[in-house]
Amino acid sequence: MTAPLILSARDIHKSFGSVEVLKGISLDARKHDVISILGASGSGKSTFLRCLNMLETPTSGSVTVHGEEIVLRNGRPQSMRQIERVRSHLGMVFQQFNLWTHRTVIENVMEGPVLVKRVPRREARERAEALLARVGLANRMDMYPSQLSGGQQQRVAIARALAMEPDAILFDEPTSALDPELVGEVLKVMRALAEEGTTMIVVTHEMAFARDVSSRVVFLHQGRVAEEGSPDEMFRAPRSAEFQRFIANFR
Amino acid sequence: MHPIDTLQAAWPALMDGLWITLQLTVFSSVLAAALAVPLALVRVHAPAAAQAPLRLYISFARGTPILAQLFLIFYGSGQFRPLLTEWGLWSFFRDPSNCALLAFVFNSTAYQTEILRGGIQGVPPGEIEAARAIGMSRVTALRRVVLPHAYRIAWPAIGNEIILLMKASALASIVTVFDLMGQTRRIFSRSFDFSIYLWAALLYLAITAVFVVLWRLVERRLSRHLAARQAPLPAANPRTT
Repeated sequence: MTAPLILSARDIHKSFGSVEVLKGISLDARKHDVISILGASGSGKSTFLRCLNMLETPTSGSVTVHGEEIVLRNGRPQSMRQIERVRSHLGMVFQQFNLWTHRTVIENVMEGPVLVKRVPRREARERAEALLARVGLANRMDMYPSQLSGGQQQRVAIARALAMEPDAILFDEPTSALDPELVGEVLKVMRALAEEGTTMIVVTHEMAFARDVSSRVVFLHQGRVAEEGSPDEMFRAPRSAEFQRFIANFR
Repeated sequence: MHPIDTLQAAWPALMDGLWITLQLTVFSSVLAAALAVPLALVRVHAPAAAQAPLRLYISFARGTPILAQLFLIFYGSGQFRPLLTEWGLWSFFRDPSNCALLAFVFNSTAYQTEILRGGIQGVPPGEIEAARAIGMSRVTALRRVVLPHAYRIAWPAIGNEIILLMKASALASIVTVFDLMGQTRRIFSRSFDFSIYLWAALLYLAITAVFVVLWRLVERRLSRHLAARQAPLPAANPRTT
């Protein structure tokens, strides 16, 4: 029995001007999957992730989320409404956190539910409090993002994504902007989410996370999937020369 | 006459004038502020060709004296009286304070558009992206993320522009509006007591001083998330609650 399909990307191409960054990438994410996307810088992994929620519009290919195929016409989304609906089903966590700096921590977490999903404020507040407690920030709720460390800000960003009760969360190098001693606290939260069955697609450089936490690893090289499979197989016996070389650099 | 007696005798007229000056300034700066939002968005987002008329307007409004703009509207409308009457607009242009208001809105909108454009361009792009990624529409993201940041950035410059506009509103007296300067001129023309200009100047100064204080209070509120950074953190033990 296979888990239901949450997100499916088919043959995604993306060009910036004459440079083709993505050369036909497909990916299926089923419920409870934790997919790590690895690759050297410039391999297209962040661009691909951003194509999944249309922060970048693919040049060609299709993305289906929640059973709904995003319709592209002349290289543009046909309906912004549809894009907004799809995005509200996909959380996103950014490398630079991108918290709204003019709002307090709890306001950051309440904003999406209140404005996009029209959840009553009181209910949104209660849920936000619970989520912030879950990421270990119950006593930081009324502070502004600028008063928090990078690791704390990223945990707020994770709570903000969770508050939308998304089908899946996209992580775009969530620990790359953090001081080394702060990486652990963010990974710990992500690991807990994975154990609870959250569907996650993670672009990362954290090899240990990819190997130990993810259910599947996708390795991109020059805009193509060079290798994919279970982390066990791939880290024990990489098949492609590119992935062999890639993980050799991390040992 | 002793200057204090001059002030006492002129007080009611000066207060009438002050009231007109405040009305002119408040109405024209608020109207200009409202117009500046869509125009600033055009300046940021529209393709260059579509912006051409707007840029032409802005360079004209900023590159010519307000007095010239006021004369163009006040005397110009007189030239086109038959046409304006036909369109039902003459009753508006007949009143010199309407002409003054229009000139000030025309002028200030150009400045405020450019000020707000700078503010919008200073909004951290990542925060807009986060708003879009959570499913907010463009309009919601504008209201909740872009404009709060843009106004915080533009606030001091907008305050400056309003002070300049308040002082420029004295030009309305030239087209027979009895604002603070208009009343002052009238009193002087009767008494030739120049101390009345001193009192008028002090009243302008008082308006500015009060405005600066109020503006700064709002600025502090808009920037409270930045002030917070300097405050000491409470004891850091994130896992205890």
